[in-house]
Amino acid sequence: MTEPVSNLQSQLESGKFVVTGEIGPPKGVNVDKCLHEAEAYLKNSVAAVNVTDIQTAVMRTGSMAVSHLLVSKGIEPVYQMVTRDRNRLALQSDLLSAYVLGVRNVLALTGDHVAMGDHPAAKPVYDLDSVSLLAAITNLEAGRDMGLDTKGNPNQLDGAPRFFKGACVTPCAEEVEPQIIKLEKKIEAGAQFIQTQAVYDPAAFEKFMNRISHLKAPVLVGIVMLKTAGMAKYMNSSVPGVNVPDAIIKRMADAAKEDRQKVSIEICGELVAKMKHCCQGAHLMTLGWDHCVPEIVKAAGL
Amino acid sequence: MIVAELKPFDEIMAMLAGSRKVLVLGCGSCVTVCLSGGQKQAEELASLIRLRSQQTGMDITVDVDCITRQCDKEFFDNFKFDPRGYDAVVSLACGVGVGFMSREMPDLRILPGLNTTFYGANTAPGEWKEFCHGCGDCVLAWTGGICPIARCSKSLINGTCGGTNGGKCEVKPEMDCAWLLIYQRLRELGKLDEYRKIRPARDWRKDRGSGVRRLSRQELSQIDEEPRQ
Repeated sequence: MTEPVSNLQSQLESGKFVVTGEIGPPKGVNVDKCLHEAEAYLKNSVAAVNVTDIQTAVMRTGSMAVSHLLVSKGIEPVYQMVTRDRNRLALQSDLLSAYVLGVRNVLALTGDHVAMGDHPAAKPVYDLDSVSLLAAITNLEAGRDMGLDTKGNPNQLDGAPRFFKGACVTPCAEEVEPQIIKLEKKIEAGAQFIQTQAVYDPAAFEKFMNRISHLKAPVLVGIVMLKTAGMAKYMNSSVPGVNVPDAIIKRMADAAKEDRQKVSIEICGELVAKMKHCCQGAHLMTLGWDHCVPEIVKAAGL
Repeated sequence: MIVAELKPFDEIMAMLAGSRKVLVLGCGSCVTVCLSGGQKQAEELASLIRLRSQQTGMDITVDVDCITRQCDKEFFDNFKFDPRGYDAVVSLACGVGVGFMSREMPDLRILPGLNTTFYGANTAPGEWKEFCHGCGDCVLAWTGGICPIARCSKSLINGTCGGTNGGKCEVKPEMDCAWLLIYQRLRELGKLDEYRKIRPARDWRKDRGSGVRRLSRQELSQIDEEPRQ
């Protein structure tokens, strides 16, 4: 086995239960707040911090820059990369750029459609999809790019990167088989770890994990912190493949306003505790409540 | 067929500013079938232009004509009104018709009366849906006859994304998730192996990536050079 390229990889390969966090760069250049939160609350609680790439197609500071800033603060980033905004030239170039800036973990995603964001008139790119992006990264690691030289041979790189490559899956989609087949393709194309869409139903998640037991990549179950009962209802009606059970919605609804954060931390902790036996980690998406991460880790009994 | 819809009327009137003699020219093919640019629609548009002209004192004279195909020179012999006698021709053909007529009759001002929307078919009364994108590299053999390029909002080629939502695409609630349909069709056909195959990145040169597309068939160009009988 080759040497792990990142702390995230080495922790997952050691079989340890791993927690990752997530920050979203700001809309604007004031990055201090998100960097401060990553440093204050995530650095010592999680193995790596995902940096979203123009999340939900809402224009903001880029994932590569903030990933690099995390590296400079001694925090390991997971550089999220979507295929919505850049063609294969830009994606491959950005992968090389991210590598020279110290980024080692990459999460390859298709990306929410521009229609979901704040620039719906933009031209969506999708030159590659998540599977072909993973194949492109694997190819770069082999010292080649997707282009051909004048003799029709693959272009050779002057120095190849090495990444720890991740992919995403939606475990609670209504039709799960097409998701699983696509996940198999992502792994075949080079994905080494999986971070999932938000899960609130441990029984459904366990069933999903049993169905993918033939896949060897470690899975980090995704948990999105609920802020209000209304947010949970909104996710049920509007976020594909997310189903917050009524019992959880009720707990949020019954909590007094000042207790909501505490209840949300408890819910997250319980979800991780209930699912940790069947997966290898948890990916905590706190949506700005980053200071809750240490308490969630504690509540989960990790 | 090529599906098109009438441009907003105010946009058409803005194009006609300064014109005195206008020909509204229908096209007897696709746009007649999709009820947007045939003889009937040409007559309706002409009536509206006359009415607006009277109301606003624009003083426009409007005639109406329709030929079988504006994208085919052969049918240019069938004009009932000679387009050369007009300040402007509002073509109710698709963009191909407008472009081809502009090329063949460069002295004329040919204006588009329609927005050309897509290659589609009539799926219910009053409803047309897109079925083909003209990508130049047909994949329907391994997608159960459902085109992911035209019918997936992201033109994905390796399967559903995370935005598939109760059989619909998250982009629009009325839009089916093409990849879910493909998955279901392939499963019914016993061809899920086609879904399992990794599809490499596409060569977009066939789809406008390397500029204007052109079809050139040697054997036919040679026939054309032979003296006609």
